[in-house]
Amino acid sequence: MVVENVRGAMRLATLDADALAAGLTAGMTLADARAREPELRVFEADPHGDQDWLERLCDGCARYTPNAALDSGHGLMLDISGCGHLWDGEAELAQAATDRLERHGMRVRHAIAASPEAAHALARFPAAPAPDEDAAVRRLPVEALELEAESAVALRRAGLRTVGDLAARPAAALAARFGEEAVDALHALLGLGHRPLAPRRPRPAIRVERRFAEPMGSSAHAIKVVAEMAAEAGEQLAERGQGGRRFEAVFFRSDGLAFPIRVETSLPIRDAPAIMRLFQERIDSLADPLDPGFGFDMLRLTVPRADPMAPTQLALEGGEARKSEGVEALVDRLSIRAGRARIQRLEPRDSHIPEQAQLALPAVEHRAPEGWAPVGDPGDPPMRPLHLFDPPQPIDVIAEVPDGPPHRFRWRRTLHEVTRFEGPERIAPEWWQARDGAIEGESTGRTRDYYRVEDARGRRYWIFRHGLYGAETVHPGWYIHGLFA
Amino acid sequence: MSESIKSLAALKRHIAALDRTPAPTVGCTRLATGHAGLDAALDGGLLRGRVHELFGAAEEEGAAAGLALILARLAADDAPLLWLRTTASARAGGSPYGPGLAALGLNPARLLIGLMADDAMLLRAAVEGLRCPALGALLIELRGRAPLLDLTASRRLALAAEQSGVTAFLLRVGGDPVPSAAETRWQVAAAPSDPLPGNAPGHSAFALSLLRRRAGPDGLAWRLIWDGEKGAFGDGRHERHEHGQDGQQGGAPLSGALVPLPADRSAADRAA
Repeated sequence: MVVENVRGAMRLATLDADALAAGLTAGMTLADARAREPELRVFEADPHGDQDWLERLCDGCARYTPNAALDSGHGLMLDISGCGHLWDGEAELAQAATDRLERHGMRVRHAIAASPEAAHALARFPAAPAPDEDAAVRRLPVEALELEAESAVALRRAGLRTVGDLAARPAAALAARFGEEAVDALHALLGLGHRPLAPRRPRPAIRVERRFAEPMGSSAHAIKVVAEMAAEAGEQLAERGQGGRRFEAVFFRSDGLAFPIRVETSLPIRDAPAIMRLFQERIDSLADPLDPGFGFDMLRLTVPRADPMAPTQLALEGGEARKSEGVEALVDRLSIRAGRARIQRLEPRDSHIPEQAQLALPAVEHRAPEGWAPVGDPGDPPMRPLHLFDPPQPIDVIAEVPDGPPHRFRWRRTLHEVTRFEGPERIAPEWWQARDGAIEGESTGRTRDYYRVEDARGRRYWIFRHGLYGAETVHPGWYIHGLFA
Repeated sequence: MSESIKSLAALKRHIAALDRTPAPTVGCTRLATGHAGLDAALDGGLLRGRVHELFGAAEEEGAAAGLALILARLAADDAPLLWLRTTASARAGGSPYGPGLAALGLNPARLLIGLMADDAMLLRAAVEGLRCPALGALLIELRGRAPLLDLTASRRLALAAEQSGVTAFLLRVGGDPVPSAAETRWQVAAAPSDPLPGNAPGHSAFALSLLRRRAGPDGLAWRLIWDGEKGAFGDGRHERHEHGQDGQQGGAPLSGALVPLPADRSAADRAA
């Protein structure tokens, strides 16, 4: 059984069947439980680990249906409409799924119903045998509505024990006493309302699958099969006049785990060798290599994002004409190998606060922006530095009080004698961002007086005084914010 | 004896055959900098499709990176320019600033920045980048001694550049000049600018000295002034120091070339 720390006390969170039989209940303190049953085997609760495991199982369930979702309370919800015939019937599909999970030592309860809520309730609450689904739902206890504990107790006190009892009452009275959500839950359970399932993965436009009768033990062979699938996906993309921007290959292992491998491109592509180069690049850069374990029994290639791409001219000798590789292909390869955030483009932002005037964005997803307007008049020397320090670095400055230019400053243990300067260029904080109109507060920062200075050896720096002497601060600090060329 | 000489000659021929680089496609064109003295000394400008190495002291980072970027932009023309650096460089030297690039006349929209985790990854990415002919120019920034950039690594870069015709600029911040396969080696420092009225700092000025060149004299120094609006180097005071180092093949660091020292630089300052 599993314990968790609730308000300072270790309490039982979940128990197995033996513990329940011994009379322990969830919510009991660990000390009480130990007093009753000294032989307890206790594990610390790990909600993140549970969630992680459930998500992996959910990804693995994509072998049964594309619409697999996580369900509240440690459950999985599979939308198997139209999937049953692949397994000779819905009951057989459910059996195959539970068998697979039970082989891993999990205890599984399942239910098939017309609405997700009904299936959720039927799987969790023991219902008396019933001739059909509607009758089974009506025989469920009122707790199956999953209202607040007081509401369920109140319903029982009122003599309403099953969902059927409740459904017989007028909805208005129910809503007045227990709130709208009680009526909503009832309608959902009876299949009157329709709430769509939110699948963990949205269904992609193009997918290619290969299932194997025998698990495939070699990763290299599996990658060859992915190459075949990439060619097939490329044909499908060509028919639609599209090219893929993202590709995902999922390697399903026979023990239920799935390895997704994703690549991204900055221009739409559908050329199978190009796609495979990116996949190979990604696989080579994996921290732990693709482990076939007991073998892969299914492979799937999907194109989650596709953009329009004009048809390409066929070369005379067949096949698409090879054009010379563009910079985009280089960006894709480097982004995959080094990480997508490492290849960047600069994008301008409309702000006069220097460090907020640009954004460094991943080049693989953003096109070249236009519209960089230089600060200052044409013909002037640069008014903004080439390198910007973020955050600015503090320096020791000798300057006239209160607002004179700097005479000399010390940065990185070197003394710089200022021979030329220009300034101040005063940059005020964004007062409209201040909370409650407070200008005094630190929330928006202080006024900065920027100076362009040149030292005796010709090195040019951008330094500023942080705060107005006396008005904003007692002793303004000086910072170096950038280096000029 | 004669047999061994014969086999030696055969071996030499064999090595020459192995070492023969494919005929460069665009490697013969030269990149004119616009500075008359510099272009004349270089027989018309910097060779395209080669590796040019620029050294700058750590405290001269702004000037060294600025000049390297300007040269790379001139080489790239209007094609994209890739600037590869490490995250350590970005931490120590600050990040590239778009408005500042625009102010220098370098369009930030045509700049790609690659922030690599370490030098090894940076050099791999650099070779990869140099193999892509669509790239206009490549700027490789290495900080400190960079022991990974040995003769083999720089030769690999030079070969890749010759094959694709992409010009590469190796920016060495705080590194000592050591032998490499680069076509030219330069020392860059900031130079006092020509002041504007009111004693304001003027256009960016650089003190550039040629440490070594594969074919031609070295040990020359110039003062360059970059005018971002015109997109060309202006003519500063023309300084020329010839030291007759023509025949010497680059062996020892600082092979005789002298950086012109401003008169007001103190000895203590140099030691710092």
